[in-house]
Amino acid sequence: MNIARRRFDCLVIGAGGGGLRAALQLAQAEAHVAVVSKVFPTRSHTVAAQGGMNAALGNVLPDNWLWHMYDTVKGGDYLGDQDAIEYMCQAAPRLVIELEHYGVPFTRLPSGRIYQRKFGGQSQNFGGEQAARTCAAADRTGHAILHALYQQNIRARTHFFDEYFAVDLLRDQDGYVLGALVLEIETGELLIIEARTTLIATGGAGRIYRTGTNALINTGDGMAMALRTGIPLEDMEFIQFHPTGIAGFGMLITEGARGEGGYLVNADGERFMERYAPHAKDLASRDVVSRAIAIELREGRGCGPRKDHVLLKLDHLPADIIKNRLPGIRETAMRFAHVDPVEKPIPVSPSLHYMMGGIPTNRFGQVVVPEHHGPEEPVPGLYAAGECACVSIHGANRLGGNSLLDIVVFGRAAGEHMVQYLSENPYHRPLDAESVDRVMQRLARWDRKGEGESVDALGDELRRTMEEYCGVFRTQEVLDEGVHKIVAIGQRLSDVRLKDHSRVFNTARIEALELENLVDVATATVVSAAARTESRGAHSREDYPQRDDLKWLRHSLFYRAGRRMDYKPVRMKPLTVDSFPPKQRVY
Amino acid sequence: MISDSDFNRVRWRCRRGSLELDMILGGFLASHFAGLSEAEQGDFERLLVHPDHLLSEWLWQKTPPPDDLRDIVGKIR
Repeated sequence: MNIARRRFDCLVIGAGGGGLRAALQLAQAEAHVAVVSKVFPTRSHTVAAQGGMNAALGNVLPDNWLWHMYDTVKGGDYLGDQDAIEYMCQAAPRLVIELEHYGVPFTRLPSGRIYQRKFGGQSQNFGGEQAARTCAAADRTGHAILHALYQQNIRARTHFFDEYFAVDLLRDQDGYVLGALVLEIETGELLIIEARTTLIATGGAGRIYRTGTNALINTGDGMAMALRTGIPLEDMEFIQFHPTGIAGFGMLITEGARGEGGYLVNADGERFMERYAPHAKDLASRDVVSRAIAIELREGRGCGPRKDHVLLKLDHLPADIIKNRLPGIRETAMRFAHVDPVEKPIPVSPSLHYMMGGIPTNRFGQVVVPEHHGPEEPVPGLYAAGECACVSIHGANRLGGNSLLDIVVFGRAAGEHMVQYLSENPYHRPLDAESVDRVMQRLARWDRKGEGESVDALGDELRRTMEEYCGVFRTQEVLDEGVHKIVAIGQRLSDVRLKDHSRVFNTARIEALELENLVDVATATVVSAAARTESRGAHSREDYPQRDDLKWLRHSLFYRAGRRMDYKPVRMKPLTVDSFPPKQRVY
Repeated sequence: MISDSDFNRVRWRCRRGSLELDMILGGFLASHFAGLSEAEQGDFERLLVHPDHLLSEWLWQKTPPPDDLRDIVGKIR
């Protein structure tokens, strides 16, 4: 089969904040950059990040990047790599200013400086008083950042392939990544994009769960592509459940609501977070609050006829604070929960929000895997940034305000390193026919006709199973059963048939490819969770309630072939400062 | 009558950056799109061209939509 080919210096897969920040860095260095996105770039999930971006500017309360670093290490339950965390926290203030110059309208104080709000897990002076570290553009910071970066990329002449779906990476026998095979959704035509260096920035895979805050596009396409190329995924058992999704739906009520003075109550009207986190209370980190809510619900103190949610109270705050500082939250509550938070509390429950794990990278954005010379050998030509990657700065649990920072810092770092890679690798390597054939075979499988299971039905079963067997509370028995069920669902993939075999805008075919990706990522998640016999950060095991640093202060690596687990050490040594040794994590 | 591929195109463009818009637009597509006139279906597709923050502002009634999209935005609300 003759497939059209295009050549670029760099290929960026995914047009959220991470991909666009990297693309901008590359385009500004005069590289010829292609960005592939399955939806129009400005509809990427970055737009949904309402809260803001952390940086130790100290505009509202005293702050220091080392305090930010401490909070991030502690928040991640000591599983984060401290070299990458130091790099990020040091870079943050400079990159906020850079974004402002790109046109992000950060909310200001009367003095004219950038306003900073309080978020969970932020402290002054290494665990002292609450800090105010999160810069925001009202409650649409992600959207403002994405639009500014998109405009800058248009100016820098980045080439966009909008509504193209990346099917798989192309990799030669020597391990070099040569680009990707992509599918134009409108025509159904295939295209090989050859690139000397490729960045995966495809975001998370929130749709492996039924109830969550993520958009429908979050199907883990890049993570699954990496798995199929023989690259492991790191720390996939660490899934952050946001404590306050609208009950029964998952729409996010940002922590900003609690930062402005909101708090949670159970069916008895008790402000229960005072019991679980006497100091930080409702602003304790997300895993602590999610687990507290889960315990309240299990012990019968939930609200409503099915006792399946708690209430987020804002109605004690002045109406104009809610209307001016949290307008999006008010609208969301009114539309989906049918309550006006000015008058009544919002029903909330923990909802899947973020995946800490992903494609293993170092702080330059290079994808790294265990090879002959050590646990972190770069895969030549391949980079990853953002939620699909695991740098790892979030460790076992991400702090609010650190994900927008992550994509900006490491999108930029990856772009910078890719520029260097281009200068060291001036020529395209020959296309590897075998790797193209492999992808073609995978695609051809979906042309099979006849009766079979439907994509929707199997997808629903996958999402329900993950929710039931790999949720907030985990035991060996439940997780083992989850592994069994998810593997069985994976085997049934071959029985799925498409009814629509047309070419033009065949979205059923795209959704089938997405389902394959979801199954791969779900398998990585549940197998990694069953293997880790300790509780750390977002991974909470009822049967192993303690953190076990002796055995488990290490990163998990899941390989698709044979569903094999491997492990590598945590990078405890920062770049210039002393290491933060593991301590008990209390708030 | 809209063709399957045209309907699929509209469906794909209801995929947005946030779950909130996914639900509102996808829900409207599933339950009301087929009953719209051809002109209204065209309006819906023209609406989808606009970026997420504008759709949110119009649907959330923060700012009024352009005159030619007022009817379809009203219907979705």
